Amino acid sequence: MAIEHHEYDVLVLGSGGSGLRAAVAAAEAGAKTGLVCKSLLGKAHTVMAEGGLAASLGNVDPLDNWETHFQDTMFGGKYLNNWRMAELHAKEAPDRARELERWGAVFDRTPERKMSQRAFGGHTYRRLVHIGDRTGLEMIRTLQDKTVHSDVDVFMETTVTKLIKDGDRVVGCFGYRRATGEQITFSSKALILATGGSGRIYKITSNSQDCTGDGYALAYEAGAELVDMEFIQFHPTGMVYPPGVAGLLVTEAVRGEGGLLRNALGERFMEKYDPKRMELSTRDVVARSIYTEVKEGRGTPHGGAFLDVSHLDSDYVRKKLPSMYDQFLELAGVDITKEPMQVGPTAHYFMGGIKVDADTGETRVPGLYATGEASGGMNGANRLGGNSLGDLLVFGRRAGIGAAADAAKVSPASLPADEVAAAQGGVEHYLNGGGQDQFENPFQMHKDLQKIMGDGVGIFRDKEGLTEAINQLESLESRVHNLKSPSNRVEYNPGWQLCSEIKNMLTVSLMIARGALLREESRGGHSRLDFTAYSDYWAENNIVVHSAGGLDMALTPTPVFKRDELSELVEARKESEKAS
Amino acid sequence: MSETMAAGGTRTLQIWRGDLTSGELVDYELETEPGMVVLDAVLEIQRSQAPDLAVRWNCKAAKCGSCSAEINGKPRLMCKTRLDHLPADEPITVEPMRAFPIIRDLVTDVSWNYEINKKIPPFTPRDDLPEGDYLIDQADTDRMSEFRKCIECFMCQDVCHILRDHRMHNKYYGPRFMVRLASLDMHPLDGIDRIDQIADEAGIGLCNITKCCTEVCPEGIHITDNAIIPLKERVVDARHDPILKIFKRNTARPGKKKPEASA
Repeated sequence: MAIEHHEYDVLVLGSGGSGLRAAVAAAEAGAKTGLVCKSLLGKAHTVMAEGGLAASLGNVDPLDNWETHFQDTMFGGKYLNNWRMAELHAKEAPDRARELERWGAVFDRTPERKMSQRAFGGHTYRRLVHIGDRTGLEMIRTLQDKTVHSDVDVFMETTVTKLIKDGDRVVGCFGYRRATGEQITFSSKALILATGGSGRIYKITSNSQDCTGDGYALAYEAGAELVDMEFIQFHPTGMVYPPGVAGLLVTEAVRGEGGLLRNALGERFMEKYDPKRMELSTRDVVARSIYTEVKEGRGTPHGGAFLDVSHLDSDYVRKKLPSMYDQFLELAGVDITKEPMQVGPTAHYFMGGIKVDADTGETRVPGLYATGEASGGMNGANRLGGNSLGDLLVFGRRAGIGAAADAAKVSPASLPADEVAAAQGGVEHYLNGGGQDQFENPFQMHKDLQKIMGDGVGIFRDKEGLTEAINQLESLESRVHNLKSPSNRVEYNPGWQLCSEIKNMLTVSLMIARGALLREESRGGHSRLDFTAYSDYWAENNIVVHSAGGLDMALTPTPVFKRDELSELVEARKESEKAS
Repeated sequence: MSETMAAGGTRTLQIWRGDLTSGELVDYELETEPGMVVLDAVLEIQRSQAPDLAVRWNCKAAKCGSCSAEINGKPRLMCKTRLDHLPADEPITVEPMRAFPIIRDLVTDVSWNYEINKKIPPFTPRDDLPEGDYLIDQADTDRMSEFRKCIECFMCQDVCHILRDHRMHNKYYGPRFMVRLASLDMHPLDGIDRIDQIADEAGIGLCNITKCCTEVCPEGIHITDNAIIPLKERVVDARHDPILKIFKRNTARPGKKKPEASA
């Protein structure tokens, strides 16, 4: 039977903020554009972003400017960021914020009726454009609306399992429709991965079900490089109780609006770890501080820290943090205007990702682009809150434009039949098995994977734990071929879906664990108990990962991408940090 | 701590299994943990007892609106409904939304909503706006923000009797899109006169304000009072004002343009 087939100039995988922004940009540039997403449109993980979008508009603090935003981003990233990406982001985020408003987004206002901006960890000035604590939803809805009224075809609930190459070039992809199991192929002149992160490799995560690192694995298999994969942001404040909601995000806006962190003894413990910034220190520092307090016996009854806004006016809390108020009241039975929340670190964001050209989002594989959380470099070793919503607009647009320009130069290619057949074999294997005696249950393997990552590749790491984790991951890798859906029904089969996601998550987990073992220092979102200090060598190097054929993975220390014209700004910030 | 120490224990869930042609409630027993929500229970059943149980979910944080279902007969988000808030002495029924075609088990085909959304012209700035930053009052922002909280769970559509019982999907856009139209019509800088669409194609007159939609909204949007009734009033003002009827009939409201005819 013939497979459903579609042809596009630009095909975008992923319908979060970066995917939608890329699709809009590609369509505006005149490319015939398609967008494929695993879920329904408007459900992507971006809806969960709460606090805001960092852009140096200067509406509240007129002194703000792109240079300071750039410096804050570099400092937050412990100077491992791709300088060009941090520069472009800081320069262009204000225009992207204004543009969003012109597309109908509604943000909170200043008394002068301009977009309001709130304080956030690591930002020198009040910088985050926001609406209550649901800024991500506002952005998604705006971009969704813009997309459906642009010339973009959307394929919802469609899972892509393989990129198809013709020689060196990515020329399309293969997948299936989740509702029917029907296979589908796309040919593309340029393909953009906007597939987000991979938080589901951890049990305690703020991430949506969809965040299974599909883009990282697809790019890796297609020969692209990835960078900084060892850096994972554990958001300091996730819910810790009840068990069913453990990991659920408690927005940094709670601290931005004046929330205080205390341990079980009632001490504002951030005084010990970052007396200057206190609760609004960078996320890596706050997460490690809470973890340390709990580990040293000063945790709350449910094993976290107290986060308290009960000293603030209760109407103000309900207005500025409405979803937090609801979330705690509904799920934990806690009225946050009257009593403290209990919070602890939760796996939140992947600083690392597919290595791209800053200006265009192009990977080293012709025809393949990446953007948003799926791409790496912008955030270095640690991301500042508010920089991901800016990132996905700035680089989503750039990838859309870059891919459309590339597409205009190439002729359509047909999909090589052997590649398509291999992709078909892959998904059918997970459905029907390959004649083995022993099958692996995907639900169980997912649980095993999460345990390995939580135990050995969590917020603090050491050689022994990482080595053990890598051994266990390699053992899973040797059994991944035996994964089989417990049911062979094709319609909306969750076990089948999970099989390919586990393969992807396993690839990602190995990158993270191996990178973490190689980086013998502590920096940003990577903390080694056996190497607690910064290393001069690693201060200058990113770890770049690519496939070396078969199961072999190559990890190569690679000098940080710098720009001479920005050196003065970077050096000035380093000096001022030393002085303080 | 005044936190309610949530009860665990064994619970029975009756989950609807089937497809467009037939289906039935199937009993599952499960050992629950404190604080579990219905989605946790459904996923645990999926993991341990019914691996092919189809359920649509994503954020598990009441922010994406994917896991809508009818729980004990009432539309609710599975991720936001705690087991211990449901009567302990009876089974918990979990069924798909009934206003939409079933795909499989708890998953329904909600694509009709996406088709409706496409028919609503996006925000389009007025022609007379000055250069520079948009200037908007916080009061306008607050008014629109209530509507823009919508997570598109479509439970208001599910419970709306015009859609659910009378199946008038071709005559009424449903509460979700009344909310959407309200957020656009109340945007102080929007330049489109949406009255004709609201009154005619979207069929606002069919709503007889029983407020069922408001009751099920997980975001607490006052759909009837703050979106539908004010829009009905705007329609009356534009269509039935006797003076306007004489002088300005079929002209756009001040600062707004009639939408371009769509193909």
